[in-house]
Amino acid sequence: MKALSLLILLSLPFSLLAQEAQQKGLEIAREADRRDTGFHDQTADLQMILRNSQGEESRRKIHVRTLEQLDDGDKSLTTFEQPADVKGTNFLSFTHKTGPDDQWLYLPALKRVKRISSRNKSGPFMGSEFAYEDLSSQEVEKYSYKYLRDENYNDLDCFVVERYPRDKDSGYTRQVVWLDKQEYRPQKIVFYDRKNSLLKTLTYSGYRQYLDKFWRADEMYMENHQTGKSTRLVWSDYRFKTGLEERDFNRNSLSRTR
Amino acid sequence: MTRSLAESLVRWRWWLFALALLALGLSAAGARYIGFSNDYRVFFSRENPQLLAFEELQNTYTKSDNVLFVLEPADGQVFTPQTLSAVEWLTQQAWQIPYSIRVDSVTNFQHTRAQADDLIVGDLVSEAGNLTDAQLREIKRVALHEPLLVHRLVAPDGRVTGVNVTIQLPGLDPAAEGPEVVAFARGLAADLETRFPAVKVHLTGIVLLNNAFSENSIKDMSTLVPIMFGVIMLFLLLLLRSLWSTLTTMAVIAVSIVSAIGIAGWLGIRLTPPSASAPTMIMTLAVADCVHLLVSFLQRLRHTPQRRTAMVEALRINLQPIFLTSLTTAIGFLSMNFSDAPPFRDLGNIVAIGVMAAFFYCIALLPALMIALPVRVPAVRNRSVAFMDRFADFVVQHRRPVLAATSASVIGLIIFIPNNELNDEFVKYFDERVPFRVDTDFTTRNLTGLYNIAYSLKSSGSGGISEPDYLRKLDEFAQWYRRQPEVIHVSSLSDTMKRLNKNLHGDDPSWYRIPGSRELAAQYLLLYEMSLPYGLDLNNQINVDKSATKLDVSLKSISSNATIALEERARQWLADNAPATMQTHGASPSVMFSHIGSRNIRSMLIGATVALLLISLILVFALKSLRIGLISLIPNLVPAGMAFGLWGLLVGNVGLALSVVAGMTLGIVVDDTVHFLSKYLRARREEGLSPPDAVRYAFHTVGTALWTTSVVLMAGFLVLTYSPFELNADMGLLTAITIGLALMADFLLLPTLLMTLDHKDAYESAQLADSVKSPL
Repeated sequence: MKALSLLILLSLPFSLLAQEAQQKGLEIAREADRRDTGFHDQTADLQMILRNSQGEESRRKIHVRTLEQLDDGDKSLTTFEQPADVKGTNFLSFTHKTGPDDQWLYLPALKRVKRISSRNKSGPFMGSEFAYEDLSSQEVEKYSYKYLRDENYNDLDCFVVERYPRDKDSGYTRQVVWLDKQEYRPQKIVFYDRKNSLLKTLTYSGYRQYLDKFWRADEMYMENHQTGKSTRLVWSDYRFKTGLEERDFNRNSLSRTR
Repeated sequence: MTRSLAESLVRWRWWLFALALLALGLSAAGARYIGFSNDYRVFFSRENPQLLAFEELQNTYTKSDNVLFVLEPADGQVFTPQTLSAVEWLTQQAWQIPYSIRVDSVTNFQHTRAQADDLIVGDLVSEAGNLTDAQLREIKRVALHEPLLVHRLVAPDGRVTGVNVTIQLPGLDPAAEGPEVVAFARGLAADLETRFPAVKVHLTGIVLLNNAFSENSIKDMSTLVPIMFGVIMLFLLLLLRSLWSTLTTMAVIAVSIVSAIGIAGWLGIRLTPPSASAPTMIMTLAVADCVHLLVSFLQRLRHTPQRRTAMVEALRINLQPIFLTSLTTAIGFLSMNFSDAPPFRDLGNIVAIGVMAAFFYCIALLPALMIALPVRVPAVRNRSVAFMDRFADFVVQHRRPVLAATSASVIGLIIFIPNNELNDEFVKYFDERVPFRVDTDFTTRNLTGLYNIAYSLKSSGSGGISEPDYLRKLDEFAQWYRRQPEVIHVSSLSDTMKRLNKNLHGDDPSWYRIPGSRELAAQYLLLYEMSLPYGLDLNNQINVDKSATKLDVSLKSISSNATIALEERARQWLADNAPATMQTHGASPSVMFSHIGSRNIRSMLIGATVALLLISLILVFALKSLRIGLISLIPNLVPAGMAFGLWGLLVGNVGLALSVVAGMTLGIVVDDTVHFLSKYLRARREEGLSPPDAVRYAFHTVGTALWTTSVVLMAGFLVLTYSPFELNADMGLLTAITIGLALMADFLLLPTLLMTLDHKDAYESAQLADSVKSPL
């Protein structure tokens, strides 16, 4: 009895600590989200460079428009430009803080809009090492959090936070995120697969600040440790507050947008 | 010279003893580096063209191995809530298998269907426990009409289903990774059978194959070696009738094996089932050295009470023959280095090291021990010698009919050599005591084949796989393959494309065809890829710049020749029908193993020839007679020829393992010839006897030794037939047959040949008679 109470007494601080770590993790995520709020809309060009373990390369080009949503996940419209045979294909998605996203695709060769009903967002995006879930809007509610430690990464003082996807169809058990304390920008994310084995590492580089507030990386490099494949995302021509509106993000706009 | 050497050996025997212990300690220390290889790829040299082709294919797509769970419900119904629940559970759990990167099953199959302008993509089965009868019927209908599933993950009659797990081993610790996967998979299978008692699980796949290799190497070592020790000990007790002599011999054998394995460890050799049979072979071969020395020692001991003198004399007359026979045996085994399959090179090298080690330990340990130990002289037995004398008389008197009958049987057997068909089916490398073999046979009978051929078919360029011409040709090729009787299943991107075309036209079956334009096909693919879940992407079928796709063909259990023939027909079809960019070879483990037999036979023919030349040179030098050396070729070559003829008559399948037997047995069978001829020549040269009398003398002096050592050797190699690894079992059996036939050749063919061909009575007399004493 004595031993048991001692055990409870001893473990009390640990569970308190655990709660504290969760709270701190969540607060860091909220702060990062808060600092990125208010851009209204943005557009950017993205080049994807895919590379297999043999060093063979393949490139894709897309243009991304995003409309910020304050009470739900963001809306985005992606236009495929390269390879040529998918040029003009548009992809519209409404991300949601919980539950599956809404997705539509306009296929110019078929001249039709198709709604994709799928809970799957863990598959590779255009054959790259990025899953759709890695690229879509990162809502705070999509994960639960745990603060791990402070750590210096690339000469930056960072928080290291672990987050756990709430979606049971996610391809990950957990992700470990390095955020610099100064600006709350993700610097590195390490992904662990469904059996909790190291899967991928994403590193961000070339951060630039836009409108004196919003930080965007020029490059995101994803390396798959299991297959030896990698994908480099090169962002360019970031623009903010370009005057995009709700009506630019619906089924009808999908077939109009070029 | 031999006498002074023999005296030195005895004088410095304790120094030698100490030196031997030092050598033992040094070499044995390498044993800690010995490991067991568990990768079927070890059977192929780095430069093997079929291996290179397969590795290129694997590097282009996903480099991977697999574990296939085959679920057999007791009621023969896959499409019930119970069985589907089991599949669903396993599909979920299989993600926890170490190094798994993909899980495919009937339940997580990404079923696509149209609903107005919606494309619905999702698991074919979810929450199987709550399905209604109508839903189950619909699932069954979809599954049994899906070319990607039928004969791959579900049997066409719906009685058996599979969950295929793709495994990508990092290769950082190859000895541990495979067994780790297998242990986990077995745990899952057992767990499933507990949770769903009506479902039986069978386990197969490449990871299981690899594991069977290492598991059976270890099993061979731990079962065959003790059996062999027992057999050898029994023979020695019967032969030497002396406990001390037997124990000393066993000690020499044991340290020879330890040294050989230790040196193999120093050399970084990883044991495989073929090389794991090295201890058994070393044991068999090491016996002869000791027996020859001990028999002489015990014989001398009858005439002199001086152990030391007896040992000097025993060494004097045996040193050179046992050195020569060890050397020729080692050369025979070293000829395995010509093999294209590294495990056989390792086997040859380990045994050659072991044989030379046995020679060394025999002369370094035996003198000291036998002089020191209280050895009793066994009672004399003469029955065998008397029998040998009668046998010699028979051969001498009936030399012509014996020669005729023997030659007839030699020719009668040799003509059956062409009956042997080359065959290396790697599943059949394991006999039916091995669970992997049983489960794989079940799988092949009921679901899908483990044998396969894969093609990487290139299109005109980047993104070219969406070209309608390419897709149509791909589809035709897939259809052609489906019509071939050897084929169980073909998986091709063209089927996915046709299904998507149908889905995007409101599931109208008339649209189940290749999309009409490149843009359409490319956009379908984009759409499809965006909707696939984790792990079920198309990277295993499409290369990175979408310029090539992989077509996979699963085969029935067919022979190597049938596999090669099928692959050639396919290549011909491509040559006749497909554009230049699509011309390619099929690659796969099946293709690799199909060629391994013929590649090895070609290289081993060279190896055996080199060994034969070297051994013949040694014989000519040792016997100091070109003529006798040439005559000796016949009894040395004939046994292997007859053995392969007999094999052709009785079995008819040869493969990798048997390709090394000719070279390897050459070194063993030559020993008998050496002993027989040396005694024959001694009689001719020193005693001036006529050929018939010299034959009688040879039978009288070494006849008993020859048949007893042959029996020991045959028993030793027959122990290998107990191995569940059929390569070793066949190798052991054919070697035993060859040794038996060699004894026959030495007892019937060699003497009659000598009496027929060596009748010049003035036999090289002038120059030889006084000057030369046979070195043997």
